[in-house]
Amino acid sequence: MVVLEIVGASKHFGATAAVDEVSLSVERGALFALLGPSGCGKTTLLRMIAGFESPEKGRIVIDGVDVTALPPYARPVNMMFQSYALFPHMDVAGNIAFGLRQEGMGRRRIAGRVDEMLALVQMTGYGHRRPHELSGGQRQRVALARALAKMPKLLLLDEPLAALDRKLRAETRLELIGIQERVGITFLVVTHDQEEALSMASRVAVMKEGRLVQIGSPSEIYERPSSRFVADFVGEVNLLEGELAAGFNCLALAVAGFEKPIPLPPGMNLTHGTAAALAVRPEKLVLSRVLPNGFAIAATVSSVSYLGGGSIVHLVTRQGRALKAYLPGTAAVRFTRGDALWAAWSREDTTVLTE
Amino acid sequence: MIGIGRLGRLTLIGVPFLWLALFFLLPLLIVVKISLADSVVGIPPYTPLVTRDVTGLKLHATLANFVLLASDDLYLRAYLGSLANAALATVLCLLLGYPIAYAIAGARGAQRQPLLFLVMLPFWTSFLIRAYAWIAILEPNGLLNEFLIGIGLISTPLPLLNNQFSVELGLVYSYLPFMILPLYGSLSTLDESLLEAAADLGARPFRVFLDVVLPLTLPGIAAGSLLVFIPAIGEFVIPDLLGGPDTLMIGKVLWDEFFNNRDWPVASAVAVVLVAALAIPILAAQKYLERERAA
Amino acid sequence: MTSTRTGGGLRFAALLLGFAFLYAPIGLLVLYSFNASRLVTVWAGFSTRWYGELSRNEGFRAAALTSLEVATLAATIALALGTLAGFSMSRFSRFHGRSLFGFALLAPLVVPEVILGLSLLLLFVSSETWIGWPSRGVLTITVAHATFGACFVAVLVRAQLAGFDRALEEAALDLGARPWTVLARITLPGISPALISGWLLAFTLSLDDLVIASFVTGPSATTLPMAVFSSVRLGVSPEVNALATVFLALVFVLVALAFWLTVRGERRRRILS
Repeated sequence: MVVLEIVGASKHFGATAAVDEVSLSVERGALFALLGPSGCGKTTLLRMIAGFESPEKGRIVIDGVDVTALPPYARPVNMMFQSYALFPHMDVAGNIAFGLRQEGMGRRRIAGRVDEMLALVQMTGYGHRRPHELSGGQRQRVALARALAKMPKLLLLDEPLAALDRKLRAETRLELIGIQERVGITFLVVTHDQEEALSMASRVAVMKEGRLVQIGSPSEIYERPSSRFVADFVGEVNLLEGELAAGFNCLALAVAGFEKPIPLPPGMNLTHGTAAALAVRPEKLVLSRVLPNGFAIAATVSSVSYLGGGSIVHLVTRQGRALKAYLPGTAAVRFTRGDALWAAWSREDTTVLTE
Repeated sequence: MIGIGRLGRLTLIGVPFLWLALFFLLPLLIVVKISLADSVVGIPPYTPLVTRDVTGLKLHATLANFVLLASDDLYLRAYLGSLANAALATVLCLLLGYPIAYAIAGARGAQRQPLLFLVMLPFWTSFLIRAYAWIAILEPNGLLNEFLIGIGLISTPLPLLNNQFSVELGLVYSYLPFMILPLYGSLSTLDESLLEAAADLGARPFRVFLDVVLPLTLPGIAAGSLLVFIPAIGEFVIPDLLGGPDTLMIGKVLWDEFFNNRDWPVASAVAVVLVAALAIPILAAQKYLERERAA
Repeated sequence: MTSTRTGGGLRFAALLLGFAFLYAPIGLLVLYSFNASRLVTVWAGFSTRWYGELSRNEGFRAAALTSLEVATLAATIALALGTLAGFSMSRFSRFHGRSLFGFALLAPLVVPEVILGLSLLLLFVSSETWIGWPSRGVLTITVAHATFGACFVAVLVRAQLAGFDRALEEAALDLGARPWTVLARITLPGISPALISGWLLAFTLSLDDLVIASFVTGPSATTLPMAVFSSVRLGVSPEVNALATVFLALVFVLVALAFWLTVRGERRRRILS
């Protein structure tokens, strides 16, 4: 069941296209993430769904109803604002009840719903407090409760974790997922933080310069990026540019300066001579002092960064190319600057990118 | 604003616009019209612009009032006198107001609002009464003279009232808050790290003031000067209460023409010339404020 | 600006001298309103006789009532007009005649009062000649005061709107409120400090006005400043000292209220932004 469908939405600000022919659909009950760097148009798209911007072209359909021409107050969509936007002259209960009063709900029912919402976000008893008396995290819960109070068909969240510190971010992430599962409302989260998107969402759409560049599950986006941009934006990656050539029993990538071409994963339907890039995630690299069987690249360690749970080892190949390897635990402790190593990976762990 | 609609917008803009057009712009036009009329005995005491007689509509307009203004050097002296007084008052307000604004801006955060309040309070308390208070102080047998005689500094009272000195004092006293507020506005938004950077680079406090603080507070100085200079030119109460026979300010001249001589057309002509002269600084101020707001 | 202070002592001296200058005349007025002697230079003991004489002064009492009546009405009209004007200039960046409107909002703040008074009087006289209405008095003074009061209110409203978080309006729209509901329930309460201090400002300015009232008044209406002015022209009078003190006390309370409300609203807003 599709609850949101965007068909060919476009919007320009002056000469630049903020949103360029974007089409996507969101399933009921999903936690959907719109991911992209600042300026990619995700916020504009969000505001178009909410009704604060009008698309020049295209349609926005919510639960089968074309809402493109409807003002924000007539759409079954609610938004949790990045700055929370709590009404300073009303108390917490008043804020949560605001939307309910607009639709003419009876006072007793409103009070009941407000209590329900306060319990949902674990703020029971805070009904009479004023926004300026609350901490940042508390304000966010009230903002969430207020946006959920009307049980909208779709809840939009604008950078919900951006203002929080690292620890609070992880906790809040879990809470949001829990709340979403409990109320069953479709969430659409806009974020520039790929860790946030991958860990929260059931489906992720990556945007760049107004266009949608890839949609998929978090593991699809991570393991099988469709372009150099996605590969680089989502997580760390090693990108090796080259041309398709022949290898031992398979297609390979001839990289300038490398003695042998790099074997590519099976099933590639590309012609010789096509320019392409090979994407290898750092955690897929295996480092050893002795030459392993199969394909390997010689490289020297330039630095080792210990991160607590693992290490990033920066290497430089004989041709001057930089490589990153991620080793868990204390596996990298034995390596120091200047060590000559072999970096290897299995070709099934790589992706070939032509975009 | 989403959804207000054309009618809503029209009402929001139109209602105050109509009021101001009717009660500010139209009156100014009427002043121009009457400055072109002749003074007559009757109600109203001026000739109408357009009359109807057997031959049709007749226009009755004359530049006689303006000719009078140009020929009688009383008016010229009054205009120039007002300009001079207002300019002097502006400079004095700047010299007195800057240290006060500087001191308030330098005070601790919690103290600033109360200090500003104390600066603004006199402004709210009837400047008529305050001007009158200065009479009690500056009179020949007023407080100041009695005090100075009492401590033996002088033997006969100083002529402190009804002259240029008292008029300037009154002007500065009335308009000082108008200078302090914009100056404070500029000073309080000064980025302190700029001053620290200058000091770090070797500038002494006085140089820091001349080269960093003063240029950056120019907007405040400009705003304050406009808020003092323009209204001060047409000031009436202060020259009337505190001025003397040789105090010639255009506001007083206008009042006298109107109430004492009952010559409305001439008074209107005086007003027209005054507004024309002030239009330039007012328009400049408007352009300047719009630019500040857009920035 | 907090720490690179040069000469804390110099700063203190500047403040002291400045405030002495501003408050000396006021302080003396208050002091001598309690002076049993009529003469300013002779202190004859503490006395409230001038307050007694003031309360028996019919002329001043009637004038005070007239002034209060005019000020209340004018401030209320000024608030309504000024809020509309301030809102329009702040939110609608382009419309026909915006420059003219802006000029008409700014000019009354700086144009000399004699010109405002003269021009309004000529309007009322012309109107009386053409359509026989209005006859000058309380109504015309109220209209005049409302006009320049509105310009002051507009400045305050514009300043407050500039710092107003538009996301609050969007949140309200998002939650189902229609635009006029948003204005009434979210925007207006959000700028309430400006509304309150605007009303109080317009009220105070109306109470204090001499020149404009003198021009546009009629035979029956005398405002308090006009009464004081004619009394003062005859010389220093102790009753006026008493009047001044009462006036000062009243204005002090009003302005303190306006100030406190503005500061409190500011503090709340700053916490939330």
